Amino acid sequence: MTTAVTEDSFTKSAGKQMIGFAAICVGGIALLMLGLSWASSLTSSGSGNADAVDADSRTITSFLRTEPPQLNSSLATDQVSGMVLGHVMEGLLRYDENNQLVPGVAERWEVTRDGATFWLRPEATWSDGIAVTAHDFVFAWRVALDPKVASEYAFILYSVKNGEAINSGEAPLDALGVTALDDHTLVVEFERPLAYFDKLVAFPTYYPIREDFYNATDGSFGSDASTLLYNGPFVISRWVHGANLLMEKNPNYWNPDRISIDRLDFAYITSDANATLNLFKDDKIAYATLLAENLNNAMGQDWNIERFMDGSVFYIEFNHRDDRPTRNVNLRKAMQLATDSAELVYKVTKLPGYLPGESLFPIWLKGVNGFFREEYPAPVARLDLTEARIYLEKAKRELGVSDIPPLVLLTGDNPVSNIQSEYYQQVFRKNLGLDLKIDKQIFKQRLAKMLSGEFDMVLAGWGPDYDDPLTFGDLFASWNLNNRGQYNNPQLDEWVAVAQTSQDPKTRMDAFGEIQQILFDDAVLLYNYERGIVYVTKPKMQGLVRRAVGPDPDYTNVTIIDG
Amino acid sequence: MWQYTFKRLIQGIITVWFIATATFFAMHSVPGDPLANDKAVTAEIRANLEEKYGLNRPLTEQYLIYMGNILQGDFGISFTQQNRRVNDIIREHFPISAILGILAVVFAGLGGVLWGALTALYRNRLPDIVIMFLVILGISVPSFVVAAISQLTLVNINDLVGFSLLPVAGWGTVWHMLVPSLVLGLGTMAYLTRLMRSSMLEIVHADFVRTAKAKGLPATRVFANHQIRNAILPVITVLGPSIAAITTGGFVVELVFAIPGLGRYFVQAVQQLDYTVIMGTTVFYGAFLVFMVIVVDLLYGWIDPRVRLE
Repeated sequence: MTTAVTEDSFTKSAGKQMIGFAAICVGGIALLMLGLSWASSLTSSGSGNADAVDADSRTITSFLRTEPPQLNSSLATDQVSGMVLGHVMEGLLRYDENNQLVPGVAERWEVTRDGATFWLRPEATWSDGIAVTAHDFVFAWRVALDPKVASEYAFILYSVKNGEAINSGEAPLDALGVTALDDHTLVVEFERPLAYFDKLVAFPTYYPIREDFYNATDGSFGSDASTLLYNGPFVISRWVHGANLLMEKNPNYWNPDRISIDRLDFAYITSDANATLNLFKDDKIAYATLLAENLNNAMGQDWNIERFMDGSVFYIEFNHRDDRPTRNVNLRKAMQLATDSAELVYKVTKLPGYLPGESLFPIWLKGVNGFFREEYPAPVARLDLTEARIYLEKAKRELGVSDIPPLVLLTGDNPVSNIQSEYYQQVFRKNLGLDLKIDKQIFKQRLAKMLSGEFDMVLAGWGPDYDDPLTFGDLFASWNLNNRGQYNNPQLDEWVAVAQTSQDPKTRMDAFGEIQQILFDDAVLLYNYERGIVYVTKPKMQGLVRRAVGPDPDYTNVTIIDG
Repeated sequence: MWQYTFKRLIQGIITVWFIATATFFAMHSVPGDPLANDKAVTAEIRANLEEKYGLNRPLTEQYLIYMGNILQGDFGISFTQQNRRVNDIIREHFPISAILGILAVVFAGLGGVLWGALTALYRNRLPDIVIMFLVILGISVPSFVVAAISQLTLVNINDLVGFSLLPVAGWGTVWHMLVPSLVLGLGTMAYLTRLMRSSMLEIVHADFVRTAKAKGLPATRVFANHQIRNAILPVITVLGPSIAAITTGGFVVELVFAIPGLGRYFVQAVQQLDYTVIMGTTVFYGAFLVFMVIVVDLLYGWIDPRVRLE
């Protein structure tokens, strides 16, 4: 009996001791957190404490999907950098809220067959108050083409005379066909006749860079807020890497009336869509994208739900190299007739906002007067298994095989690619008795295999660089490095050349119409979908502009509705 | 003692050199092309990029140059963030991971000892059963689930009270740290609870405890000086490696809570084949891990005088 009593009292007093221990722990942790909070104030500053839309300080708070790798406009390649640069920089021309090209730094311009002239507005200044001159553009374009800089987007300047020669080190930098006639007149010579140069100059690689500032940063231009100079509507007043990026209205911007908000706070950087939706629910950010599984929930809330096409097209590319069965047009035709992109989009991937793919040219591209796809409707393959099997038999005869060997389908390693590749595997087995071997690879290895041609079919896609159908139209020209399956059709190349050099809009659009038809007739691609994005915004924020080409999302036209 | 420390440090340096060498060659044999991107580049641009990063030299030469640079403390320039030095990336982001990690380890360590001792004390009674059930949950539910659920719960709580009680994500104040560090430390806390419980149970009936009780020592002293101090030894052993594991393993938590730590660079670099960042973070974390193990060994000798450091 006594032992039991002792044990019990032992437990009790030990329990008391534990409470004491717990109290000390809590106190210790509180002290520790105080210390850590001081320490963390050294590494980052408070951001995102305001409401998503704050009418008093005229602040919009939002997020970035990823950190911009750097903000040197001559090196930028990714979409997030393009978005940020679009807010703090301005090119010769820019896109307005209706996605039309309007004057930027250039107040007027003239594009002829062999060159272009831009007259710069004298009131345009850098954020330090010095005027933006034609020399700043000349310098920026030379930097981007400098072989030592090794810019991945240098090719977009190849339409300027000697651009390619300079980039490959065969000509000196000052041989570039662009000159500053005076401070406010910029004259460009083309490498070959070109009709769409005005659409190129809105691209970040064409933004101005001031020579003295660039040289003063000693190779770290664009790596921090302090090593950047701005000429756009906003300036970056704080950039904590990986954490947040704060923009404030640029007091030296030539057209301040265009901007109605004072601060744009990208307070969070995360690619986790659920996390951003949680922040949106908590009224911390004014914009968030929706995943399919969140759509129903979002419908029940008092949110603006909107959709837009982000401009990219996704498809299966075939390998046309000589040792591949997919070089046979009848095999490709059979596969074209055995698939149905509407089924893929509406019944398999079921991603909100996506459209079934029908053409290499997405629906938002402009044609002669209206939309290209309305003026030149895409030829559509109807699902027809009887005819598909006839083509398949033809293909087998031509290839001299009794059975088509298993085809390698190269894909990326992500959920959407997985669903698609399994869908195609099943469809081709059921409809044509074809075997597909799925070759799932991480991003960089998939690219390497695409480049070396180790595939029969590959899940691929393309996003536009400039607002002209040519950004898609020249993809399958035999000389295009992005033509990974090495499709080679002299007829298509001719139409691409017409589209590149012709000055007449109708002739050019006709050429794209022909290219669309050739791609269909030769079954060069199996179209999957055009990507759509469903997103929510706070009702207090109006005027968020989404666009397929140019900075997206664009907050410059945003207004705050009070109350 | 000093001789021992010195010896361990030399061993540690050799270990780090080995980690660096193995990572270097493993990384270069990973299939894929670090310079490839969505849009193909011309042969000229590619040659320019290779020149910039020294990839056009033979592998052994690259290795020697790299090792030389590491000795001078220079990890090079990132492939994906072309204007940022890897040293800067580590310097700016490691402190954040470290703060998060330290807090998580403190939660895990204190919580583990507390719950472990408690369950041992109330063995097979209600507190024990409840806590051990939670422990199983804590060990088996992965951190990305816990992170997502706890964030959603936070949103709902904030919604319920009508203002932001605790921030849902982000970094900057002490309130931002609370939930992420708890989530990050949860797995380790559960593990330590189990460890502490079993070593406590071993000790409850040990001779020296009975002797202490027989001497008539107050129960609190027996508990604190005889039981906990002896039972805590295995916990300390695993604490060192888990400090390193927690500070490096925060990738998911950092992503969900939008925390600018080093974890995401560590993981993304591998996906992007960003050679310099892979090397920089691996060597840095490797050195950190080795250092923590040495510290724990030294600590061990201090806590348990029976251990001789020789």
